[in-house]
Amino acid sequence: MKFEYHVEGGDFLNAGNASGNIKKVLKKLNVNPGVLKRVVVALYEAEVNIVAHAYRGNITADISPQKIEIVLDDEGPGIPDIGLAMQQGYSTASTKVREMGFGAGMGLPNIKANTDDLKIESVVGKGTKITLLFNLA
Amino acid sequence: MKISEIVTLLNAKIVCGEEFTDREIERAFASDLMSDVLTTPFDNGVLITGLANPQSVRTADMMDVSTIILARKKKATEEMIELARENDAVIMECPLSVYHISGILYTHGLSPVY
Repeated sequence: MKFEYHVEGGDFLNAGNASGNIKKVLKKLNVNPGVLKRVVVALYEAEVNIVAHAYRGNITADISPQKIEIVLDDEGPGIPDIGLAMQQGYSTASTKVREMGFGAGMGLPNIKANTDDLKIESVVGKGTKITLLFNLA
Repeated sequence: MKISEIVTLLNAKIVCGEEFTDREIERAFASDLMSDVLTTPFDNGVLITGLANPQSVRTADMMDVSTIILARKKKATEEMIELARENDAVIMECPLSVYHISGILYTHGLSPVY
């Protein structure tokens, strides 16, 4: 089962639409509530990251009985130093992002904490592709 | 603690979800930083915040927190109310500070998350 969503950079009004929709789908599929919470938290953090940092991006969620794989592929500035970006408290967020209640350098570490596997590929000046994996079986 | 009791204790004004005031709330968490909320699982709780924008409603929804208290005279925007309606969430507005609200609810037995 595949679902696709488009996310616009800077569109804070709709940030979380995709995560909210996927949450509803997973609830209907009776996904274990603990796993569901982890998926939703990691995905929402990653969706907010696209809105906060990128120009635009696409989210693809692939749900099977064994696993949930979500790819967030954005066009944006990219991450020059992924190791640094993974550090708790490190942030390049704008004032606008901070006014929205984010940008404290907690997003990527929280995504990692909630996924069974996290892959980050980034090219500076092009964009970032994040793959979130959750095991169901 | 029922939502209706919270409304009375805080002299708060419900702006969305009047039909859910019989809901039982077990614990509360206070923050203006949504990143903090997203690292703090607390089902069946209430979020006390001064952040009056759609992200507080979104974040609460992601964490299955169905009640939001807006502190410091903050007003819910139309977008927040619309989003909260979709999620069957309650939003109330209260003129008191986060500290004051937390103190009142804590002394009346509402548990902290940790």
